[in-house]
Amino acid sequence: MLSVQVGAAAVPPAVLAGMPRLRWGWAGAGLLALAASCGVGVLVGPVHIGVGTVVQTLVGGAVDPGQANILWSLRFPRVVLGVLVGGTLAIAGAAYQGVFRNPLADPYLLGAAAGANLGATLAIALAPGTSVLGVNVVPLAAFVGAGAAVSGAYALGRSVTGLRSATGLILAGVAIAAFFNSIQSYVQQTQTSSIRQVYSWILGRLVTAGWDDVLLILPYVLLSVVAIYLHRRLLDALTLGEDEVTSLGIPVRRVRLIVVVAATLGTAAVVAVGGTIAFVGIIVPHTIRLLVGRSYRVVIPLSVLFGAAFLVLADAAARTVVAPAELPIGVITAFLGAPFFIAVMRSTRAAAL
Amino acid sequence: MRTHQPEASAKLAVRFGVVAFLSVFFAASCGGAPTSATSTPASRFPVSITAPGGATVTIPRRPQRVVSLSPSATEMLFAMGAGPQVVAVDDQSNYPATVPKTQLSGFTPNIEAIAAFTLDLVVAAEDTAGLVHGVQALNVPILIEPAAKNLDDTYVQIKQLGAATGHAADADSLVASMRSQVGSFVASVAKPARQLRVYHELDNTYYSVTSATFIGQVYKLLGLTNIADAAAGAAPDYPQLSPEYIVASNPDLIVLADTKCCQQDLSSVAARPGWRAIVAVKSGQVVPVDDDVASRWGPRIIDFMRAVALHVQQLEKQAA
Repeated sequence: MLSVQVGAAAVPPAVLAGMPRLRWGWAGAGLLALAASCGVGVLVGPVHIGVGTVVQTLVGGAVDPGQANILWSLRFPRVVLGVLVGGTLAIAGAAYQGVFRNPLADPYLLGAAAGANLGATLAIALAPGTSVLGVNVVPLAAFVGAGAAVSGAYALGRSVTGLRSATGLILAGVAIAAFFNSIQSYVQQTQTSSIRQVYSWILGRLVTAGWDDVLLILPYVLLSVVAIYLHRRLLDALTLGEDEVTSLGIPVRRVRLIVVVAATLGTAAVVAVGGTIAFVGIIVPHTIRLLVGRSYRVVIPLSVLFGAAFLVLADAAARTVVAPAELPIGVITAFLGAPFFIAVMRSTRAAAL
Repeated sequence: MRTHQPEASAKLAVRFGVVAFLSVFFAASCGGAPTSATSTPASRFPVSITAPGGATVTIPRRPQRVVSLSPSATEMLFAMGAGPQVVAVDDQSNYPATVPKTQLSGFTPNIEAIAAFTLDLVVAAEDTAGLVHGVQALNVPILIEPAAKNLDDTYVQIKQLGAATGHAADADSLVASMRSQVGSFVASVAKPARQLRVYHELDNTYYSVTSATFIGQVYKLLGLTNIADAAAGAAPDYPQLSPEYIVASNPDLIVLADTKCCQQDLSSVAARPGWRAIVAVKSGQVVPVDDDVASRWGPRIIDFMRAVALHVQQLEKQAA
C-alpha cells in the first residue's frame, strides 16, 4: 500500500521558488562525516584493534581470529546498526517537524516511544527469552507497541478533529503516550526483578544480536527513508500553510498520512532494536536548519547522513568512555548533543529558527 | 522445567549440618560439661539488637507473628527454624515453598496492609517509603537487615534474627554449619596452576558484579579472577560490560544468574554473535544458577558456592 503511494504528488515549481536546494558541497560533507564517524566507530572500543588489522580483516587477509571475531561479530554490525538507527531517527524527526509544522516534534511525538517501551517491558517481564520465528520477542513487541500507539493516536485524532488540524493529532499522541507510560510503569512496578533490563532498554543501546538485527530492520528503514525522501518537496510546500497548499491541489491529509506512516514504520523498527534513544530526532534536523538551510530538500537528505554519523560517534563514546563498562547511548546523545546544539544556536544567533 | 535437585540436596546438607552440630551440642551438655550460659543469652527477652544501620531495636517478648519484607531474611528465618513464627512474607519471598506469601511489597511498603496482620515484629531489607517510621507508629519493633556486603554480614544477620525470634542457638548452629561448608569449598579448590577468569552475568544486557559485591566476594574466596573488576572505575558494584570486552577477556567460567529473568543457558549464550570463541563456551563451563540464589544473601549462598566450586575443580582437573 505504502510502496504504491510513495510516488509522491507533484508540486508546482513556483511553490518551491526561492527555497534553497541541496548543494553538492553539503552532500559531500555529509558523506565525509558519515565515513569518518564509521572509521572512528570501527577503530575504537574497549579492545584495541589497530588500523592495519581492521583493513586486513576487511580485505580478507590473515589476522588474529580473536580480533577478526570481535570485528565481524560485534563491531561492524554495531556500526552499521548505528548508521541505520541514527539516520532513521533523524529523518523521522525532520519528517514529523515538517508534517506538523512544529519545531518540537520528534519521532516519538505520537507515542511511538511510549508504545515501544510498553511492548518491550511486557515482553521482558512476561515472556523472557522467548522468540517467534527465530526473532527475539522483545524487538517484535516494541515494534508492535510503537505501531499500536501511533495508530491509536491517529484514530483518536481523526475521530476528534477529523484531522482538520495537526494539533488534535498531537494532543491525541500526548494522551496515548501518557496512557501507555502509566501501564508501562505499572508493569515495571509489579515486576521488580526485570527493572534493570527495562531501564537498559529505555535508555537505549546498540548492543545487539549482531547482523541479525541489521537484517531485521533493513527493509523497514529503507522503505521509510525512501518514502520520506520522495516527499521532501511536498514537505517544503506544506510550510506555506495548509489552506494555501490545498488550494494548489496538493492532498495535504494524504501527504501527512503517508509521511507519518513512513516515519512511524522507520521509528518503530529502529526503536525495536536500539531502544528509545533520545534527542537525535530533534537536534540533528535543527542543527542542519541552523547551519545549512530550512528547505526540506536540504534537511531531509542531510538528516540521514548527519544523524547516522552522530549516532555512530555517540555509540563509539558509549563503549569507550567508561571501558570496559558501557554507558547507555541515550545518555551520550543528550549529554553531547545538548551542549553542541546550544553552541550552534548561539553561534547562528538562532536567526533561522 | 527447572529441576530443584541441587537446592533440595543443599537444604538437606544444611539440615544435616544443623543436626550434626546439635547432636554434638547435646552430647557435650549430657556429658556433664557446664552449659555455656553465653551461648543463648539473647533468647531471654526483652532483647536489644543493634542493626547494621545503627538504630537499636528492643523486642519485649518472643515474637509469635513475624512479617518479613525481605526474601533473604525470610530464607534465614526458615533455615533456622523460626518459620512457624512467620505469619506473612512479601511478594518477592518465594523460598522455601511453604512461606506464607502475600501481596505485601518490600519495595513500596504499605503500612496499612502490614498493620492488617496482627504482628509483633517486622523484618525488612531497607527503610523505603517511611517504612520504619510507619511501623514504629504501630508500636511494633522493626529490624532492618540491609543487603550483606560479605559472608560475615550474613552470619551477623542470621545471629541477629536468631536473637530477635528466640532462636539464638539455632542461628549459631546454622552459622557454624555454613562456615564449615564455606571452609571446605575453599579448601576443595587447590591453588590453580594459572588464574581462572570468571564472568558473572546478571541479565542479558551484560550487567555484571565486581569483587566489591556480596556475590563477588564468593568468587574471590574461590580464588577466581573476576573480569568485571576492570570496570569497577565505571560502576564500583554492578557495571554493564561491553560485549567485545567479555569476548576478548575469554573467561574460563561463565556464571548465568539470568536463568529465570531472561531464560539464558549455554545454547543461548553460544548463539550470541562472537561468543562461540570464548573458552568457557567451547568447553561448556557455563554454569546456570537460580537468579534468586545469586541475588540474595541468605543460607542458600552455600548452594551457589558449591556449584561454582564444582566447576572450578573441573577446570583445575582439565588444566592438570
